[in-house]
Amino acid sequence: MKALDDRSAGSFSAGPRAWLMAEAAGSRRQARLGRWYAAWLVFRRNPLAVTGLAIVCGLIVVALVAPWLAGHSPIEQNLQARLLPPGGGHWLGTDALGRDIFARLVHGARITLLIVALVAAIAAPVGLIMGCSAGYFGGWVDAVLMRITDVFLAFPRLILALAFVAALGPGIENAILAIAITAWPPYARIARAETITIRTSGFIQAARLQGASASRILVGHVVPLTSSSVIVRVTLDMAGVILTAAGLGFLGLGAQPPVAEWGAMIAAGRQFMLDQWWVAAAPGLAILVVSLGFNLLGDGLRDVLDPKHG
Amino acid sequence: MIRVESLSVSFGRVQAVREVPFHVAPGEAFGLVGESGSGKSTVLGAIAGLIQDWSGTISVAGQPQGRRRDKAFHKRLQMVFQDPYGALHPRHVVDRIVGEPAAIHGLDEVGARVEKALGEVGLGPAFRYRYPHQLSGGQRQRVAIARALILEPEILLLDEPTSALDVSVQAEVLNLLARLRAERGLTYILVSHDLAVIAHMCDRLAVMRDGRVVEEMGVEELRAGAPREAYTRRLLAASRGYDRAAAEGFESTT
Repeated sequence: MKALDDRSAGSFSAGPRAWLMAEAAGSRRQARLGRWYAAWLVFRRNPLAVTGLAIVCGLIVVALVAPWLAGHSPIEQNLQARLLPPGGGHWLGTDALGRDIFARLVHGARITLLIVALVAAIAAPVGLIMGCSAGYFGGWVDAVLMRITDVFLAFPRLILALAFVAALGPGIENAILAIAITAWPPYARIARAETITIRTSGFIQAARLQGASASRILVGHVVPLTSSSVIVRVTLDMAGVILTAAGLGFLGLGAQPPVAEWGAMIAAGRQFMLDQWWVAAAPGLAILVVSLGFNLLGDGLRDVLDPKHG
Repeated sequence: MIRVESLSVSFGRVQAVREVPFHVAPGEAFGLVGESGSGKSTVLGAIAGLIQDWSGTISVAGQPQGRRRDKAFHKRLQMVFQDPYGALHPRHVVDRIVGEPAAIHGLDEVGARVEKALGEVGLGPAFRYRYPHQLSGGQRQRVAIARALILEPEILLLDEPTSALDVSVQAEVLNLLARLRAERGLTYILVSHDLAVIAHMCDRLAVMRDGRVVEEMGVEELRAGAPREAYTRRLLAASRGYDRAAAEGFESTT
Protein backbone atom coordinates (compact mmCIF):
# COMPACT_ATOMS: atom_id res chain seq x y z
CA MET A 1 0.00 0.00 0.00
CA LYS A 2 2.87 2.32 0.85
CA ALA A 3 4.53 1.64 -2.48
CA LEU A 4 1.27 2.31 -4.28
CA ASP A 5 0.86 5.60 -2.46
CA ASP A 6 4.37 6.60 -3.40
CA ARG A 7 3.75 5.92 -7.04
CA SER A 8 0.38 7.61 -7.34
CA ALA A 9 1.24 10.63 -5.21
CA GLY A 10 4.74 10.92 -6.66
CA SER A 11 7.18 10.47 -3.81
CA PHE A 12 9.77 13.21 -3.52
CA SER A 13 12.56 10.64 -3.17
CA ALA A 14 11.80 9.49 -6.73
CA GLY A 15 13.13 12.85 -7.88
CA PRO A 16 11.63 16.34 -7.87
CA ARG A 17 10.54 16.00 -11.48
CA ALA A 18 8.42 12.92 -10.81
CA TRP A 19 7.01 14.67 -7.74
CA LEU A 20 6.02 17.70 -9.77
CA MET A 21 4.55 15.70 -12.65
CA ALA A 22 2.56 13.34 -10.39
CA GLU A 23 -0.90 12.58 -11.77
CA ALA A 24 -2.42 12.76 -8.29
CA ALA A 25 -0.78 15.35 -6.06
CA GLY A 26 -0.62 14.75 -2.32
CA SER A 27 -1.20 18.33 -1.18
CA ARG A 28 -2.43 21.68 -2.45
CA ARG A 29 1.16 22.90 -2.55
CA GLN A 30 2.30 20.00 -4.68
CA ALA A 31 -0.64 20.51 -7.05
CA ARG A 32 0.14 24.22 -7.41
CA LEU A 33 3.86 23.67 -7.92
CA GLY A 34 3.04 20.98 -10.45
CA ARG A 35 0.89 23.44 -12.40
CA TRP A 36 3.70 26.00 -12.34
CA TYR A 37 6.20 23.38 -13.46
CA ALA A 38 3.94 22.43 -16.38
CA ALA A 39 3.76 26.14 -17.30
CA TRP A 40 7.55 26.40 -17.07
CA LEU A 41 7.91 23.45 -19.47
CA VAL A 42 5.78 25.36 -21.99
CA PHE A 43 7.67 28.60 -21.35
CA ARG A 44 11.03 26.86 -21.77
CA ARG A 45 10.18 25.80 -25.30
CA ASN A 46 10.22 29.44 -26.43
CA PRO A 47 13.89 30.54 -26.77
CA LEU A 48 13.01 34.25 -27.14
CA ALA A 49 11.01 34.18 -23.92
CA VAL A 50 13.89 32.49 -22.11
CA THR A 51 16.21 35.21 -23.48
CA GLY A 52 13.84 37.84 -22.09
CA LEU A 53 13.77 36.11 -18.72
CA ALA A 54 17.58 35.96 -18.71
CA ILE A 55 17.82 39.69 -19.44
CA VAL A 56 15.38 40.57 -16.65
CA CYS A 57 17.17 38.22 -14.22
CA GLY A 58 20.46 39.80 -15.32
CA LEU A 59 19.10 43.26 -14.53
CA ILE A 60 18.08 42.09 -11.06
CA VAL A 61 21.48 40.50 -10.38
CA VAL A 62 23.37 43.58 -11.61
CA ALA A 63 21.21 45.84 -9.44
CA LEU A 64 21.83 43.63 -6.40
CA VAL A 65 25.62 43.46 -6.73
CA ALA A 66 26.11 46.95 -8.22
CA PRO A 67 28.63 48.27 -5.63
CA TRP A 68 30.89 45.23 -6.05
CA LEU A 69 30.51 45.07 -9.84
CA ALA A 70 31.07 48.76 -10.58
CA GLY A 71 34.75 49.10 -9.64
CA HIS A 72 34.47 52.89 -9.51
CA SER A 73 32.22 55.27 -7.67
CA PRO A 74 29.28 56.34 -9.82
CA ILE A 75 29.34 59.93 -8.53
CA GLU A 76 33.00 60.66 -7.87
CA GLN A 77 34.25 63.30 -10.32
CA ASN A 78 37.71 63.48 -11.85
CA LEU A 79 38.08 66.44 -14.17
CA GLN A 80 41.51 65.28 -15.33
CA ALA A 81 39.87 62.18 -16.84
CA ARG A 82 36.97 63.78 -18.76
CA LEU A 83 35.41 62.06 -21.76
CA LEU A 84 37.92 59.22 -21.94
CA PRO A 85 37.13 56.65 -24.65
CA PRO A 86 36.28 53.07 -23.66
CA GLY A 87 39.22 50.86 -22.65
CA GLY A 88 42.00 50.93 -20.12
CA GLY A 89 40.85 51.68 -16.57
CA HIS A 90 37.34 52.64 -17.71
CA TRP A 91 35.55 49.88 -19.65
CA LEU A 92 32.98 52.20 -21.16
CA GLY A 93 34.93 55.42 -20.88
CA THR A 94 34.07 58.45 -18.76
CA ASP A 95 31.53 61.24 -19.03
CA ALA A 96 31.90 65.04 -19.06
CA LEU A 97 32.71 65.12 -15.33
CA GLY A 98 35.18 62.23 -15.47
CA ARG A 99 32.80 59.71 -13.89
CA ASP A 100 33.12 56.07 -14.92
CA ILE A 101 30.23 55.29 -17.29
CA PHE A 102 30.20 51.57 -16.51
CA ALA A 103 29.84 52.30 -12.80
CA ARG A 104 27.01 54.74 -13.50
CA LEU A 105 25.33 52.23 -15.82
CA VAL A 106 25.48 49.50 -13.18
CA HIS A 107 24.12 51.79 -10.47
CA GLY A 108 21.48 53.05 -12.91
CA ALA A 109 20.17 49.49 -13.08
CA ARG A 110 19.10 49.91 -9.44
CA ILE A 111 17.08 53.02 -10.28
CA THR A 112 15.48 51.31 -13.30
CA LEU A 113 14.59 48.23 -11.29
CA LEU A 114 13.19 50.37 -8.48
CA ILE A 115 10.97 52.25 -10.94
CA VAL A 116 9.77 49.08 -12.64
CA ALA A 117 9.10 47.24 -9.37
CA LEU A 118 7.29 50.11 -7.67
CA VAL A 119 5.17 50.98 -10.70
CA ALA A 120 4.14 47.32 -11.01
CA ALA A 121 3.49 47.07 -7.26
CA ILE A 122 1.27 50.17 -7.29
CA ALA A 123 -0.46 50.04 -10.68
CA ALA A 124 -1.27 46.33 -10.98
CA PRO A 125 -3.15 45.94 -7.66
CA VAL A 126 -5.00 49.23 -8.15
CA GLY A 127 -6.03 48.22 -11.66
CA LEU A 128 -7.08 44.74 -10.50
CA ILE A 129 -9.17 46.04 -7.60
CA MET A 130 -10.86 48.74 -9.68
CA GLY A 131 -11.51 46.47 -12.67
CA CYS A 132 -12.65 43.38 -10.78
CA SER A 133 -14.97 45.39 -8.51
CA ALA A 134 -16.46 47.28 -11.46
CA GLY A 135 -17.00 44.09 -13.45
CA TYR A 136 -18.35 42.03 -10.56
CA PHE A 137 -20.78 44.52 -9.03
CA GLY A 138 -21.90 46.16 -12.28
CA GLY A 139 -24.56 48.88 -12.11
CA TRP A 140 -23.60 52.20 -10.58
CA VAL A 141 -20.38 50.86 -9.02
CA ASP A 142 -19.23 49.93 -12.52
CA ALA A 143 -20.30 53.31 -13.93
CA VAL A 144 -18.49 55.32 -11.26
CA LEU A 145 -15.27 53.28 -11.27
CA MET A 146 -15.01 53.13 -15.04
CA ARG A 147 -15.66 56.87 -15.47
CA ILE A 148 -12.80 57.51 -13.03
CA THR A 149 -10.69 55.13 -15.12
CA ASP A 150 -11.69 56.97 -18.29
CA VAL A 151 -10.57 60.28 -16.79
CA PHE A 152 -7.10 58.87 -16.15
CA LEU A 153 -7.07 57.11 -19.51
CA ALA A 154 -7.85 60.35 -21.32
CA PHE A 155 -4.49 61.91 -20.47
CA PRO A 156 -1.42 61.16 -22.56
CA ARG A 157 0.91 59.33 -20.20
CA LEU A 158 4.04 61.47 -20.50
CA ILE A 159 2.06 64.72 -20.37
CA LEU A 160 0.22 63.72 -17.18
CA ALA A 161 3.48 62.49 -15.68
CA LEU A 162 5.03 65.85 -16.57
CA ALA A 163 2.14 67.68 -14.94
CA PHE A 164 2.43 65.60 -11.76
CA VAL A 165 6.17 66.04 -11.56
CA ALA A 166 5.80 69.76 -12.21
CA ALA A 167 3.23 70.01 -9.41
CA LEU A 168 5.00 67.74 -6.90
CA GLY A 169 8.54 68.73 -7.81
CA PRO A 170 11.14 66.75 -9.74
CA GLY A 171 12.57 63.59 -8.22
CA ILE A 172 12.55 59.85 -8.62
CA GLU A 173 9.72 59.25 -6.12
CA ASN A 174 7.41 61.69 -7.86
CA ALA A 175 8.33 60.24 -11.24
CA ILE A 176 7.38 56.76 -10.00
CA LEU A 177 4.11 58.05 -8.56
CA ALA A 178 3.30 59.91 -11.78
CA ILE A 179 3.98 56.86 -13.94
CA ALA A 180 1.99 54.57 -11.64
CA ILE A 181 -0.99 56.92 -11.70
CA THR A 182 -1.04 56.87 -15.48
CA ALA A 183 -0.31 53.14 -15.79
CA TRP A 184 -3.24 51.49 -13.99
CA PRO A 185 -6.28 52.34 -16.19
CA PRO A 186 -5.54 49.75 -18.92
CA TYR A 187 -5.21 47.07 -16.21
CA ALA A 188 -8.58 48.06 -14.79
CA ARG A 189 -10.13 47.71 -18.26
CA ILE A 190 -8.61 44.27 -18.83
CA ALA A 191 -9.62 43.07 -15.36
CA ARG A 192 -13.17 44.37 -15.84
CA ALA A 193 -13.59 42.71 -19.23
CA GLU A 194 -12.37 39.36 -17.88
CA THR A 195 -14.50 39.66 -14.76
CA ILE A 196 -17.63 40.24 -16.84
CA THR A 197 -17.01 37.06 -18.81
CA ILE A 198 -16.66 34.94 -15.64
CA ARG A 199 -19.23 36.75 -13.48
CA THR A 200 -22.11 34.57 -14.66
CA SER A 201 -20.16 31.30 -14.73
CA GLY A 202 -21.24 28.36 -12.63
CA PHE A 203 -18.41 28.50 -10.12
CA ILE A 204 -19.17 32.12 -9.20
CA GLN A 205 -22.87 31.30 -8.79
CA ALA A 206 -21.90 28.29 -6.71
CA ALA A 207 -19.74 30.50 -4.47
CA ARG A 208 -22.64 32.94 -4.04
CA LEU A 209 -24.94 30.06 -3.20
CA GLN A 210 -22.49 28.87 -0.55
CA GLY A 211 -22.93 32.23 1.13
CA ALA A 212 -19.49 33.62 0.23
CA SER A 213 -19.10 37.35 0.75
CA ALA A 214 -18.43 39.60 -2.22
CA SER A 215 -14.86 40.27 -1.05
CA ARG A 216 -14.20 36.54 -0.70
CA ILE A 217 -15.49 35.87 -4.22
CA LEU A 218 -13.45 38.76 -5.63
CA VAL A 219 -10.18 37.84 -3.92
CA GLY A 220 -10.47 34.05 -3.96
CA HIS A 221 -12.31 33.38 -7.21
CA VAL A 222 -12.20 36.36 -9.58
CA VAL A 223 -8.72 37.81 -9.08
CA PRO A 224 -6.84 34.50 -9.63
CA LEU A 225 -8.45 34.25 -13.07
CA THR A 226 -8.03 37.89 -14.09
CA SER A 227 -4.53 38.39 -12.71
CA SER A 228 -2.75 36.36 -15.39
CA SER A 229 -3.80 38.67 -18.23
CA VAL A 230 -2.93 41.67 -16.08
CA ILE A 231 0.51 40.21 -15.28
CA VAL A 232 1.16 39.71 -18.99
CA ARG A 233 0.06 43.26 -19.76
CA VAL A 234 2.16 44.70 -16.90
CA THR A 235 5.25 42.87 -18.16
CA LEU A 236 4.68 44.13 -21.69
CA ASP A 237 4.15 47.67 -20.34
CA MET A 238 7.42 47.65 -18.41
CA ALA A 239 9.35 48.63 -21.55
CA GLY A 240 7.09 51.67 -21.84
CA VAL A 241 7.57 52.46 -18.15
CA ILE A 242 11.35 52.33 -18.51
CA LEU A 243 11.14 54.62 -21.55
CA THR A 244 8.83 57.05 -19.75
CA ALA A 245 11.14 57.13 -16.73
CA ALA A 246 14.11 57.67 -19.03
CA GLY A 247 12.15 60.37 -20.82
CA LEU A 248 11.42 62.16 -17.55
CA GLY A 249 15.10 61.77 -16.61
CA PHE A 250 16.10 63.12 -20.01
CA LEU A 251 13.94 66.20 -19.43
CA GLY A 252 15.51 66.64 -16.00
CA LEU A 253 12.27 65.77 -14.17
CA GLY A 254 13.16 62.27 -12.99
CA ALA A 255 16.10 61.26 -10.85
CA GLN A 256 18.14 64.32 -9.89
CA PRO A 257 21.95 64.67 -10.25
CA PRO A 258 24.24 63.23 -9.20
CA VAL A 259 22.14 60.02 -9.08
CA ALA A 260 22.98 57.79 -12.04
CA GLU A 261 19.84 57.37 -14.14
CA TRP A 262 19.95 56.12 -17.72
CA GLY A 263 17.68 58.78 -19.22
CA ALA A 264 19.58 61.60 -17.52
CA MET A 265 22.86 60.04 -18.67
CA ILE A 266 21.68 60.19 -22.29
CA ALA A 267 20.63 63.80 -21.81
CA ALA A 268 24.11 64.62 -20.49
CA GLY A 269 25.76 62.77 -23.37
CA ARG A 270 23.67 64.55 -26.00
CA GLN A 271 26.13 67.44 -26.24
CA PHE A 272 29.00 65.12 -27.15
CA MET A 273 26.99 62.80 -29.40
CA LEU A 274 29.23 63.12 -32.47
CA ASP A 275 32.71 63.20 -30.94
CA GLN A 276 32.23 61.15 -27.75
CA TRP A 277 29.40 58.84 -28.85
CA TRP A 278 29.92 56.33 -26.03
CA VAL A 279 28.63 58.72 -23.39
CA ALA A 280 25.08 58.56 -24.75
CA ALA A 281 25.31 55.18 -26.50
CA ALA A 282 26.03 53.08 -23.39
CA PRO A 283 22.89 54.06 -21.42
CA GLY A 284 20.87 54.05 -24.64
CA LEU A 285 21.90 50.49 -25.32
CA ALA A 286 21.09 49.53 -21.72
CA ILE A 287 17.57 50.94 -22.07
CA LEU A 288 17.14 49.12 -25.38
CA VAL A 289 18.28 45.75 -24.01
CA VAL A 290 16.22 45.90 -20.83
CA SER A 291 13.07 47.09 -22.66
CA LEU A 292 13.52 44.29 -25.17
CA GLY A 293 13.97 41.82 -22.34
CA PHE A 294 10.68 42.79 -20.70
CA ASN A 295 8.85 42.63 -24.04
CA LEU A 296 10.19 39.16 -24.84
CA LEU A 297 9.35 37.97 -21.34
CA GLY A 298 5.82 39.39 -21.64
CA ASP A 299 5.29 37.64 -24.97
CA GLY A 300 6.45 34.35 -23.50
CA LEU A 301 4.24 34.77 -20.43
CA ARG A 302 1.25 35.46 -22.65
CA ASP A 303 1.75 32.13 -24.41
CA VAL A 304 1.83 30.36 -21.04
CA LEU A 305 -0.82 32.28 -19.09
CA ASP A 306 -3.38 33.13 -21.75
CA PRO A 307 -6.49 31.28 -20.58
CA LYS A 308 -7.54 30.69 -24.18
CA HIS A 309 -4.49 28.49 -24.65
CA GLY A 310 -4.07 27.28 -21.07
CA MET B 1 -40.47 22.13 2.76
CA ILE B 2 -40.61 24.49 -0.19
CA ARG B 3 -43.70 26.46 -1.03
CA VAL B 4 -43.84 28.68 -4.10
CA GLU B 5 -46.88 30.85 -4.81
CA SER B 6 -47.55 33.00 -7.86
CA LEU B 7 -43.83 33.29 -8.61
CA SER B 8 -43.11 35.62 -11.51
CA VAL B 9 -39.73 36.53 -12.95
CA SER B 10 -39.09 38.96 -15.75
CA PHE B 11 -35.86 39.94 -17.47
CA GLY B 12 -36.52 43.38 -18.88
CA ARG B 13 -39.63 43.03 -21.02
CA VAL B 14 -39.43 39.24 -21.24
CA GLN B 15 -41.62 37.50 -18.70
CA ALA B 16 -39.72 34.26 -18.08
CA VAL B 17 -41.92 32.84 -15.30
CA ARG B 18 -45.62 33.67 -14.82
CA GLU B 19 -47.52 33.01 -11.61
CA VAL B 20 -45.97 29.62 -10.91
CA PRO B 21 -47.29 27.75 -7.83
CA PHE B 22 -46.02 24.48 -6.39
CA HIS B 23 -45.04 22.95 -3.09
CA VAL B 24 -42.59 20.22 -2.22
CA ALA B 25 -42.98 18.07 0.89
CA PRO B 26 -39.94 17.16 3.04
CA GLY B 27 -38.08 14.20 1.58
CA GLU B 28 -39.90 14.44 -1.71
CA ALA B 29 -38.32 14.60 -5.15
CA PHE B 30 -40.14 17.09 -7.32
CA GLY B 31 -39.52 17.37 -11.04
CA LEU B 32 -39.83 20.43 -13.24
CA VAL B 33 -39.97 19.48 -16.88
CA GLY B 34 -40.32 21.52 -20.04
CA GLU B 35 -38.56 22.46 -23.22
CA SER B 36 -35.73 25.00 -23.45
CA GLY B 37 -36.87 28.47 -22.51
CA SER B 38 -39.89 27.30 -20.56
CA GLY B 39 -38.57 29.01 -17.45
CA LYS B 40 -37.81 25.93 -15.36
CA SER B 41 -34.18 26.84 -14.60
CA THR B 42 -35.26 30.39 -13.81
CA VAL B 43 -37.59 29.02 -11.11
CA LEU B 44 -34.60 27.26 -9.51
CA GLY B 45 -32.52 30.44 -9.74
CA ALA B 46 -35.22 32.42 -7.96
CA ILE B 47 -35.56 29.80 -5.20
CA ALA B 48 -31.78 29.70 -4.73
CA GLY B 49 -31.59 33.49 -4.58
CA LEU B 50 -29.33 33.75 -7.63
CA ILE B 51 -31.99 35.73 -9.50
CA GLN B 52 -33.09 38.88 -7.72
CA ASP B 53 -35.95 40.25 -9.78
CA TRP B 54 -38.83 38.01 -8.82
CA SER B 55 -42.21 38.61 -7.27
CA GLY B 56 -44.56 36.30 -5.41
CA THR B 57 -43.88 34.13 -2.39
CA ILE B 58 -41.04 31.68 -1.84
CA SER B 59 -40.81 29.99 1.53
CA VAL B 60 -38.22 27.41 2.47
CA ALA B 61 -38.70 25.27 5.60
CA GLY B 62 -41.56 27.52 6.63
CA GLN B 63 -39.56 30.72 6.38
CA PRO B 64 -40.58 33.27 3.75
CA GLN B 65 -37.52 34.36 1.75
CA GLY B 66 -36.63 37.86 0.62
CA ARG B 67 -34.15 39.09 -1.98
CA ARG B 68 -31.15 38.37 0.24
CA ARG B 69 -30.53 35.04 1.90
CA ASP B 70 -28.80 34.42 5.20
CA LYS B 71 -26.15 31.84 6.07
CA ALA B 72 -28.66 29.43 7.57
CA PHE B 73 -30.48 29.38 4.23
CA HIS B 74 -27.28 28.51 2.36
CA LYS B 75 -26.55 25.73 4.82
CA ARG B 76 -30.01 24.27 4.29
CA LEU B 77 -30.23 24.55 0.50
CA GLN B 78 -27.56 23.79 -2.10
CA MET B 79 -27.56 23.40 -5.84
CA VAL B 80 -25.90 21.33 -8.57
CA PHE B 81 -25.49 23.12 -11.87
CA GLN B 82 -26.08 21.96 -15.39
CA ASP B 83 -22.63 22.45 -16.89
CA PRO B 84 -19.95 20.58 -14.94
CA TYR B 85 -17.29 22.29 -17.06
CA GLY B 86 -18.23 25.79 -15.93
CA ALA B 87 -19.28 24.96 -12.38
CA LEU B 88 -15.80 24.27 -10.98
CA HIS B 89 -13.15 26.98 -10.59
CA PRO B 90 -10.41 26.12 -13.12
CA ARG B 91 -7.57 27.22 -10.83
CA HIS B 92 -8.77 25.53 -7.64
CA VAL B 93 -7.96 21.93 -6.77
CA VAL B 94 -10.81 19.60 -5.81
CA ASP B 95 -9.80 19.92 -2.15
CA ARG B 96 -10.38 23.66 -2.22
CA ILE B 97 -13.55 23.47 -4.35
CA VAL B 98 -15.21 21.01 -1.99
CA GLY B 99 -13.76 22.57 1.18
CA GLU B 100 -14.69 26.16 0.33
CA PRO B 101 -18.32 25.99 1.61
CA ALA B 102 -17.11 24.50 4.90
CA ALA B 103 -14.50 27.26 5.20
CA ILE B 104 -17.11 29.95 4.48
CA HIS B 105 -19.39 28.59 7.17
CA GLY B 106 -16.51 28.24 9.62
CA LEU B 107 -16.93 24.50 10.11
CA ASP B 108 -14.21 22.59 11.92
CA GLU B 109 -12.08 19.75 10.51
CA VAL B 110 -12.52 20.83 6.91
CA GLY B 111 -10.00 18.24 5.68
CA ALA B 112 -11.89 15.31 7.17
CA ARG B 113 -15.20 16.64 5.84
CA VAL B 114 -13.75 16.97 2.34
CA GLU B 115 -12.49 13.40 2.44
CA LYS B 116 -15.86 12.14 3.64
CA ALA B 117 -17.83 14.10 1.03
CA LEU B 118 -15.56 12.85 -1.76
CA GLY B 119 -15.94 9.31 -0.50
CA GLU B 120 -19.73 9.59 -0.55
CA VAL B 121 -19.75 10.51 -4.22
CA GLY B 122 -17.32 7.70 -5.07
CA LEU B 123 -14.14 9.69 -5.56
CA GLY B 124 -11.09 8.30 -3.78
CA PRO B 125 -8.30 10.31 -2.11
CA ALA B 126 -6.35 10.26 -5.40
CA PHE B 127 -8.76 12.89 -6.75
CA ARG B 128 -8.39 15.27 -3.85
CA TYR B 129 -5.59 17.43 -5.22
CA ARG B 130 -6.47 17.42 -8.89
CA TYR B 131 -7.51 20.37 -10.98
CA PRO B 132 -10.85 20.23 -12.83
CA HIS B 133 -9.07 19.92 -16.19
CA GLN B 134 -7.68 16.58 -14.97
CA LEU B 135 -11.21 15.19 -14.48
CA SER B 136 -13.85 13.79 -16.83
CA GLY B 137 -17.33 15.30 -17.07
CA GLY B 138 -18.84 12.69 -14.77
CA GLN B 139 -16.07 13.13 -12.19
CA ARG B 140 -16.57 16.89 -12.29
CA GLN B 141 -20.27 16.50 -11.63
CA ARG B 142 -19.43 14.21 -8.69
CA VAL B 143 -17.17 16.91 -7.32
CA ALA B 144 -20.00 19.43 -7.72
CA ILE B 145 -22.32 17.09 -5.82
CA ALA B 146 -19.71 16.63 -3.07
CA ARG B 147 -19.41 20.43 -2.83
CA ALA B 148 -23.18 20.70 -2.45
CA LEU B 149 -23.25 17.94 0.19
CA ILE B 150 -20.44 19.12 2.46
CA LEU B 151 -22.72 21.58 4.27
CA GLU B 152 -25.13 18.68 4.88
CA PRO B 153 -28.11 20.50 3.37
CA GLU B 154 -31.70 19.28 3.57
CA ILE B 155 -32.62 20.49 0.08
CA LEU B 156 -30.75 19.99 -3.16
CA LEU B 157 -31.71 21.89 -6.31
CA LEU B 158 -30.61 19.98 -9.40
CA ASP B 159 -30.48 22.00 -12.62
CA GLU B 160 -30.25 19.45 -15.46
CA PRO B 161 -27.47 17.65 -13.58
CA THR B 162 -26.87 15.09 -16.31
CA SER B 163 -27.73 16.77 -19.59
CA ALA B 164 -24.08 17.61 -20.35
CA LEU B 165 -22.90 14.05 -19.72
CA ASP B 166 -22.61 10.86 -21.78
CA VAL B 167 -25.59 8.51 -21.52
CA SER B 168 -23.65 5.87 -19.56
CA VAL B 169 -22.33 8.46 -17.11
CA GLN B 170 -25.81 9.99 -16.80
CA ALA B 171 -27.13 6.77 -15.31
CA GLU B 172 -24.24 6.61 -12.82
CA VAL B 173 -24.80 10.17 -11.63
CA LEU B 174 -28.58 9.71 -11.39
CA ASN B 175 -28.16 6.53 -9.38
CA LEU B 176 -25.72 8.34 -7.10
CA LEU B 177 -28.25 11.13 -6.56
CA ALA B 178 -31.03 8.62 -5.90
CA ARG B 179 -28.85 6.76 -3.35
CA LEU B 180 -27.89 9.97 -1.56
CA ARG B 181 -31.53 10.99 -1.27
CA ALA B 182 -32.46 7.61 0.16
CA GLU B 183 -29.58 7.70 2.67
CA ARG B 184 -29.99 11.28 3.82
CA GLY B 185 -33.68 11.93 3.33
CA LEU B 186 -32.91 14.87 1.07
CA THR B 187 -35.56 16.94 -0.64
CA TYR B 188 -34.90 17.38 -4.37
CA ILE B 189 -36.15 19.75 -6.99
CA LEU B 190 -34.92 18.34 -10.28
CA VAL B 191 -35.13 20.37 -13.47
CA SER B 192 -34.87 18.45 -16.72
CA HIS B 193 -36.10 18.42 -20.28
CA ASP B 194 -35.89 14.64 -20.20
CA LEU B 195 -39.07 12.91 -19.02
CA ALA B 196 -37.18 9.62 -18.59
CA VAL B 197 -34.86 11.26 -16.04
CA ILE B 198 -37.82 12.78 -14.20
CA ALA B 199 -39.68 9.47 -14.20
CA HIS B 200 -36.58 7.73 -12.80
CA MET B 201 -35.89 10.24 -10.05
CA CYS B 202 -39.07 11.98 -8.95
CA ASP B 203 -42.26 11.37 -7.01
CA ARG B 204 -44.22 14.24 -8.52
CA LEU B 205 -43.63 16.63 -11.38
CA ALA B 206 -44.88 19.85 -12.91
CA VAL B 207 -44.81 20.48 -16.64
CA MET B 208 -43.86 24.00 -17.64
CA ARG B 209 -44.43 25.81 -20.89
CA ASP B 210 -43.81 29.48 -21.69
CA GLY B 211 -43.26 30.30 -18.04
CA ARG B 212 -46.46 28.66 -16.78
CA VAL B 213 -47.16 25.35 -15.10
CA VAL B 214 -49.52 23.56 -17.47
CA GLU B 215 -49.91 20.36 -15.48
CA GLU B 216 -48.90 18.85 -12.17
CA MET B 217 -49.09 15.12 -11.57
CA GLY B 218 -47.67 12.10 -9.81
CA VAL B 219 -45.02 10.06 -11.53
CA GLU B 220 -47.36 7.02 -11.71
CA GLU B 221 -49.67 8.94 -14.00
CA LEU B 222 -46.69 9.75 -16.19
CA ARG B 223 -45.55 6.14 -16.24
CA ALA B 224 -49.09 5.05 -17.10
CA GLY B 225 -48.88 7.46 -20.02
CA ALA B 226 -52.05 9.26 -19.03
CA PRO B 227 -51.30 12.97 -18.74
CA ARG B 228 -54.36 15.21 -19.01
CA GLU B 229 -52.77 17.98 -21.05
CA ALA B 230 -52.10 17.58 -24.76
CA TYR B 231 -48.76 19.36 -24.39
CA THR B 232 -47.55 16.82 -21.83
CA ARG B 233 -48.64 13.96 -24.06
CA ARG B 234 -46.66 15.47 -26.91
CA LEU B 235 -43.61 15.90 -24.68
CA LEU B 236 -43.95 12.28 -23.61
CA ALA B 237 -44.27 11.10 -27.20
CA ALA B 238 -41.26 13.17 -28.17
CA SER B 239 -39.13 11.70 -25.41
CA ARG B 240 -40.10 8.17 -26.46
CA GLY B 241 -39.88 8.77 -30.17
CA TYR B 242 -36.34 10.06 -29.85
CA ASP B 243 -34.90 6.61 -29.20
CA ARG B 244 -37.34 4.17 -27.73
CA ALA B 245 -34.87 1.39 -27.05
CA ALA B 246 -32.43 3.66 -25.25
CA ALA B 247 -35.15 5.26 -23.15
CA GLU B 248 -36.47 1.88 -22.03
CA GLY B 249 -32.99 0.53 -21.42
CA PHE B 250 -32.35 3.55 -19.26
CA GLU B 251 -35.38 2.85 -17.13
CA SER B 252 -34.42 -0.78 -16.67
CA THR B 253 -31.16 0.23 -14.96
CA THR B 254 -33.09 1.43 -11.92
